[in-house]
Amino acid sequence: MSQERIEAPIPGKIVSVAVTAGCSITEDGEICVLQSMKMQNPILSPVEGTVVEVKVAAGQTVETGDLIALIEC
Amino acid sequence: MFKKILVANRGEIALRAIRECREMGIRSVAVFSDKDAAALFVKNADESYPLGDPEPNSSYLNIEKILGIAEKAQVEAIYPGYGFLAENPKFVEACEARGIVFIGPPSYSMHEAKPKHKSRDLMKKNGVPVSPGSDGAIDDASGMVKAFEVADGIGYPVIVKPSGAGGGIGMKVAKNKEELQAAMDYAKSLGSEAFGLPAFYIEKYITRAKHMEFQILADKKGNTVYVSDRECSVQRRYQKLIEEGPSPIMTPDLRERMGADAVKVARILKYVNALTVEFIYSMDNNEYYFNEVNTRLQVEHPITELLTGINLVKEQIRVAAGEELGYSQQDIKLRGWSIECRINAEDPFMNFMPAPAKLIAYNPPGGFGVRVDGGVYAGYAIPFEYDPLIAKLLSWGRNRNEAIETMKRALKEYQIEGVKTNIPFHIVALDNESFRKGDYTTHFVEEQGIVKKLRELKKAGVFT
Repeated sequence: MSQERIEAPIPGKIVSVAVTAGCSITEDGEICVLQSMKMQNPILSPVEGTVVEVKVAAGQTVETGDLIALIEC
Repeated sequence: MFKKILVANRGEIALRAIRECREMGIRSVAVFSDKDAAALFVKNADESYPLGDPEPNSSYLNIEKILGIAEKAQVEAIYPGYGFLAENPKFVEACEARGIVFIGPPSYSMHEAKPKHKSRDLMKKNGVPVSPGSDGAIDDASGMVKAFEVADGIGYPVIVKPSGAGGGIGMKVAKNKEELQAAMDYAKSLGSEAFGLPAFYIEKYITRAKHMEFQILADKKGNTVYVSDRECSVQRRYQKLIEEGPSPIMTPDLRERMGADAVKVARILKYVNALTVEFIYSMDNNEYYFNEVNTRLQVEHPITELLTGINLVKEQIRVAAGEELGYSQQDIKLRGWSIECRINAEDPFMNFMPAPAKLIAYNPPGGFGVRVDGGVYAGYAIPFEYDPLIAKLLSWGRNRNEAIETMKRALKEYQIEGVKTNIPFHIVALDNESFRKGDYTTHFVEEQGIVKKLRELKKAGVFT
């Protein structure tokens, strides 16, 4: 078992979160949608696993590198 | 003439308007969100007032805040630019109610132009060519039944367009009955959710199309002219990336016919100020069809300025102040060729992901035939709250080939560090054989595999 850190690739605002802690998630499953420069960018899981923790909520702004979620795979 | 104007916008277009104000002896007032406090347009304005929270609804879209500042600063007129409040009739009415001149069309013209099925019907009734399709709005089951009859009559593929949407949002192409049902359901739900308007319409889908548009200027006395045509077919997800003027397929006869129809559209809308009339040109049957109007200045307007020498922003201000154009159609002469590349903060190697960041180095190109309309500098942080446009790079040449070569030289000279940009995309697109021949449609980017080519060149080490 290893933990995958999902970080914000760019600054922006979280407009929706699709998962909660304990959810199972598939590879390329949506974690949240990050809006930046008027574009909606879905943040997808690079691995299949279980969501351990979600660090963001809708309406929150993030900087590059901020932790979005931890996924156990 | 006005003594003081408030510029209700940001970025390059705000700076542009402030520059014209200075040349015309008009005092300029900037409004800015917290994220724009260090922006060039703020530094260059004669006065500036904060809007606070950068969220667009709290800042550049906030009518009350902006009009409050306009009254406090005692301006006579407001320059809207493009985007934000530029096409909002409620804002125009609020200006009109307070006796502030809106530098743009009267609210009446804006209401006539929207929703899109309404302007389509209005143009059809008045003899402007529109693509074969449905009449009026479709928003219920009986309308959908009729839509199937219309589709059978004009033949598939058809395109379903939500009446309230712009920028290609919610548009879907249907190749058969099943796809049409799905596209209509989608347009209806998207329209209700996003625009509070379930209405949509259907048109014959033109598979090989060029996006062409005409710049119109009209004064309060009813003098209306078309200034130049532009072609904006190089798009990605309905976002324009490269524009040029004239269109490579334009002829004097076609320009005269399309220009006359564009003027007719402006007259039907009782239009005053700067207008763009968009047409879809079919490469299958060489016919053109009215698409929609943009009741504001367009991003790509400098192409027309370089071709004609007419300063469109100054003309907007003059016309709003009640001055006459002072020239007629015959006085407008086109000279040479012009191209615009939109320099965006986005990563063309990562599916065009937005790339808001701080500019570490910034040296725009120059030299003969190059124009850069920007509003940034080294050290400036490009915020994520607004669109990704860093600057508009334009070239001018005596002919198309010269304009392309000048553009390529300028793109390669452009030094931007710290922020990823779409410059590599432009370089590849301008070198494409179909583009060089002028033989391209709105499917250019996908059909020619521009993004794939970019990745290959990156692998080969051409781009870093």
